[in-house]
Amino acid sequence: MAKKSFDIQINTAWCKGCEVCVAICPKKVLEMSDKPAPSGYFTAVVKRQADCIGCMECELHCPDLAIEVKSKKEEVKSDAKGG
Amino acid sequence: MIETLKKYIRPDVFPTPFCPGCGHGILMQALLRAIDELKLDIDKMVFLSGIGCAAWIPSPHFAADTMHTTHGRPITFATGIKLVNPKLKVVVISGDGDLSAIGGNHLIHAARRNIEMTVICANNSIYGMTGGQVAPTTPTGAKSATTPQGNPERDFDLCKLVKGAGADYVARGTVYHMRELIKYLKTALQHKGFSFVDVISPCYTQFGRRNQNTCGGSASSAIMNLKTAVSKTPQDGEILTGEF
Repeated sequence: MAKKSFDIQINTAWCKGCEVCVAICPKKVLEMSDKPAPSGYFTAVVKRQADCIGCMECELHCPDLAIEVKSKKEEVKSDAKGG
Repeated sequence: MIETLKKYIRPDVFPTPFCPGCGHGILMQALLRAIDELKLDIDKMVFLSGIGCAAWIPSPHFAADTMHTTHGRPITFATGIKLVNPKLKVVVISGDGDLSAIGGNHLIHAARRNIEMTVICANNSIYGMTGGQVAPTTPTGAKSATTPQGNPERDFDLCKLVKGAGADYVARGTVYHMRELIKYLKTALQHKGFSFVDVISPCYTQFGRRNQNTCGGSASSAIMNLKTAVSKTPQDGEILTGEF
């Protein structure tokens, strides 16, 4: 069975850089950016995407609804529908 | 998953007005997920809130009928709405100060009358919006703007209060334990009669920075500390969670 892979998207317009996702990730996938986003906040960035196990803790605990975790399979399906 | 929640919110009002790391945003997501999992029609729901940080959870973020009422009175407005149109699902979301101090009388009498509504208390142990004054839910010894030497009084146990007033369904969860919290919110939303959920949602800006011994040095540590702060058999300082 192939290892599942996940795609993490961070909405930098909504993220306020509270670091909850960085603290809660069991695999240390996320880190804080060292450059501010256009909103002025130092947002979270995905550093080690390959390590993601898809536990959804970051998405569930984001106070700003700014994180979306998608499994890669789903993405292919939605692309096929769209195109 | 967030994409599916977007049909319940008004994306143009985002980002939220909450401070970075505020637990209220996590509670907002938990409630949206509970509504999504129950497949409720958000157009047949009314969300009411009073005054305070927590009152901003439904209004203006939810794409439903919302009412931002006067301080402490969301339950009275909710009673009126339920009497006029009993088909509507009425949900009150407000803070601990709004529900238990200014509107404390309305809370216990709505529970006594067993009016069919869901009341969600976003409990951050302090008056966050007005400058961090001591609230009835501030734990003994905790520092606030008006108790710089520590709160000499004991705090309200809202679950015991509402249970004692006659509510059928009472639960307490935290914003760290999201899957449990969503389960409690789903049960409360389906309950026939008065249901109450006390949600522990840390405020770092006003409470955490004055109580760094219990909350740690940042907003994220205040949320992470909830992991070990709860218990089914609480010793001193621990929080009792579960359904009562």
